[in-house]
Amino acid sequence: MKATDINNPEYFHKVVDCQYGCPAHTPVPEYIRLIAAKQYTDAYMVNWESNVFPGILGRTCDRPCEPVCRRGRVEEKPVAICRLKRVAADNKDDVTERLPKIPTRKNGKKVALIGGGPASLTVARDLMPLGYSIDLYDDQAKAGGMMRSQIPSFRLPPEVLDEEVNYILDMGVNATFNTYVDSLKSVLDKDYDAVFIGTGAPSGKNLDIPGRNEATANIHVGIEWLASVAFEHTGSIGKRVLVLGGGNTAMDCCRTAKRLGGEDVKIVVRSEFEKMKASPWEKEDAMAEYVEFLNCHVPQEFVHEEGKLVGMRFEKVEVVYDEQGRRNLVPTGEGPIYLECDDVLIAIGQDNTFPWIERDIGLEFNRRGMPVVDKVSFQSSCQRVFFGGDAAFGPENIITAVAQAQQAAISIDLFCHGKDVIQDRPGPGVTLTSQKMGVHEWSYDNQISNDGRVHVPHADKEKALSDRKVEVELGFDIELGFKEAERCLNCDAQTVFTGEKCIECDACVDICPTDCINFLMNGSEKELRQQLRAPANNRDQDLYASGKLKQTSRIMIKDENVCLHCGLCAERCPTGAWDMQKFLYNVTKAGQTCAG
Amino acid sequence: MSYSKPKFRHPDLPKNELGLSKTDYEGAISTLCAGCGHDSISAAILNACFEMSIEPHRVAKLSGIGCSSKSPAYFLGKSHGFNSVHGRMPSVATGANLANRDLIYIGISGDGDTASIGVGQFMHVVRRNLDMLYMVENNGCYGLTKGQDSATSDLGSATKKGRPNMYEPIDLVALALRLGATFVARSFSGDKKQLEPLIKAAITHKGFALIDVISPCVTFNNTATSTKGYEYIRSHADNMEVDFVPMREEICTSYKAGTTQQVCMHDGSSVHLHKTAADFDIHDRQAAMEAVYDHKKEGRILTGLLYMAHDSEDLHKVLDTVPKPLNALREDELCPGSRFLNSINEGLR
Repeated sequence: MKATDINNPEYFHKVVDCQYGCPAHTPVPEYIRLIAAKQYTDAYMVNWESNVFPGILGRTCDRPCEPVCRRGRVEEKPVAICRLKRVAADNKDDVTERLPKIPTRKNGKKVALIGGGPASLTVARDLMPLGYSIDLYDDQAKAGGMMRSQIPSFRLPPEVLDEEVNYILDMGVNATFNTYVDSLKSVLDKDYDAVFIGTGAPSGKNLDIPGRNEATANIHVGIEWLASVAFEHTGSIGKRVLVLGGGNTAMDCCRTAKRLGGEDVKIVVRSEFEKMKASPWEKEDAMAEYVEFLNCHVPQEFVHEEGKLVGMRFEKVEVVYDEQGRRNLVPTGEGPIYLECDDVLIAIGQDNTFPWIERDIGLEFNRRGMPVVDKVSFQSSCQRVFFGGDAAFGPENIITAVAQAQQAAISIDLFCHGKDVIQDRPGPGVTLTSQKMGVHEWSYDNQISNDGRVHVPHADKEKALSDRKVEVELGFDIELGFKEAERCLNCDAQTVFTGEKCIECDACVDICPTDCINFLMNGSEKELRQQLRAPANNRDQDLYASGKLKQTSRIMIKDENVCLHCGLCAERCPTGAWDMQKFLYNVTKAGQTCAG
Repeated sequence: MSYSKPKFRHPDLPKNELGLSKTDYEGAISTLCAGCGHDSISAAILNACFEMSIEPHRVAKLSGIGCSSKSPAYFLGKSHGFNSVHGRMPSVATGANLANRDLIYIGISGDGDTASIGVGQFMHVVRRNLDMLYMVENNGCYGLTKGQDSATSDLGSATKKGRPNMYEPIDLVALALRLGATFVARSFSGDKKQLEPLIKAAITHKGFALIDVISPCVTFNNTATSTKGYEYIRSHADNMEVDFVPMREEICTSYKAGTTQQVCMHDGSSVHLHKTAADFDIHDRQAAMEAVYDHKKEGRILTGLLYMAHDSEDLHKVLDTVPKPLNALREDELCPGSRFLNSINEGLR
């Protein structure tokens, strides 16, 4: 096995699982430490730099960081990273002074943003401080996109949304609302130096089965229905509601229905419970509000009487895996299942539609009707046009949209300065600094908290269910937030090994609580993985290997998998061969390479 | 500074026959200097006891005074312990062993505790063949009092202070062989591959088992001029490779003919010696003494199992004590009453 090249920033980046797993690569341990130190405003700004919407994401993020959190591999549950983000947002001071200053003298470049959701707003956030003039177009009455139209108020209060959206609009974005852009050509004909398309995936999938047209008055497409609730066009729903689909939109639909008069609300979904796409916590929250889940039911027909919906028929299926391991839904043959209902909400997915983009302007589309977009630069085949968010590669989530839009902003900035959007792309900003303060003292709290994940308090259920604007999750207070913050293992405090200093005394091997460190004769990685003190079966996690050591010709091998970053190896090292060094990885933002 | 170890452990840690994991054999976090050889020895004892599936409550750890003698606090936290007077651990071990022959006795001592203040007690416990493992954590200096030369420091060896030692050393292995020890080994704290099987064999051995473990003092005696530093030992040691195969286990490794030697122990376990040691006669006391001497003459250090008696008879056997531990005898068993006393007295008239 070759010695690990720790000069490659991606090696230690991968060790910080949460940051690596976050599409925007938010330095999670960094802001969690700030929360523990009660520096909420600082923690908020670390987030704001990286993910633009800390208050919003602290409530609604899909949390790709949490399933990969190292804590989840050494005990039951990961750190509640998302909820800690909210602690920073809830307790911060006024941040307006800390927001970037917008130059009064513009740089002479004009950019149009189509759509006013998280992607477009992120591009504006990154380009406004550089002196760009920005026009934003959206067909809704206010900015925010799906964050406003699809996420119910009981999960995301409008004040939180407005605050973070306004930080950006107040930079001087020239926003035009209630305006549907129906031609890209007409936009391109104006004198924009670049156009960014962040129009999301605005079309909810329909379910074309018998009875759909006849009973249409009581059949609603989920995201459209949620939008009409958000904009207060819809204020009630029937007593018996069926929600079709198993994703997060379905969860929002059923919980909203519960608040608008739905008494008997059921989720009906084709797949089994475990395979439902909704995040586990959203399923839990829906169940806690007495929503019934019916799994393995395939919709067959909307049943109507005299043009009015009265129920739906389903076929019961079971999941069977064939010889190739493919999953099939096979009818059980029990005969149709009939469920009475007053309203149906269809939440079975979303599509992109680009009817407003002319197909003869040099912007290529693929066979699935999606624009051809470069995965790194987010540039389309029409050089002046960039995509980001759900509009680029289909429905994902807010944090992905933010991450993509930051990259698109870099590309726009490079493009507007006549640079190559790939070749001139900046690398990440990385620092690696020793945390040693004294003989056995570190600048971070290396004592590991043994506490389990803190439960988040909820609003009184009766009150919450009676008013769709009452936020359900109350968030951690300062005390609970501190307790949860202490659970973070500080995975960015890296164990850095200097082989030349090692005297092979074994002290690190003996003290390591999780048996990560080994000294062995070199071999292939596959062999070494089995020879370690505890077998390294998690292949997603790297082995950190040194070069050949002086005294015994062995090498040091550390399995990164369950390292607690407790620093005991470095405390017990007599020669400083081990050191705890803070690895800070920052995704470079637009403007950090283009002067002027 | 950390005063406790986090409680989280590797989720795939193996369990032994008792269903225990290594965690169950841990002690308090060490307060010895970082890099001290003694901590490695503690870990080796822990590993050996774990792998032998010894119930922690069946072990008694005994020690005297010194850095070495602090170390029993850092392993087998659920076992019995007695931190005794300087150089007097053998007396306490003898008393404890006579009172309860059912426990496994592990004595931890240092070069000062054994070769200086305690050399008299050491010699007599060897002679008596008390059933125990006697570990000397030998670093050639008095670490706890700032690194003065100890009685095992080699002539000419210099600690951090820089002045070469002026006196001839006591070689504890040679001394033990001379006094009739029934199990004698030498090892190095930085070589657990050899040390752990030696500990297992020593625990299995019925009688007195000495392991003289060279254990560098990182703070005072790990200099280029010292003969007990990590680098010096690694470049001057001739290591016999040793394996220990417990009674119940099949031997699954196969060795080339002539490269290995199997030595059976009283309970059916066996010790395997490899390579250089394959033709070494482990039962020849004279040869062991010569081998130790010959290596020393060449400036080398011979490590491994040097001698093991064929027919070790421990102190209980010599004294012909009852099989039941004395501390478990009831009063009526211990004191059969005046009728028996009278009959004894009658027999002497």
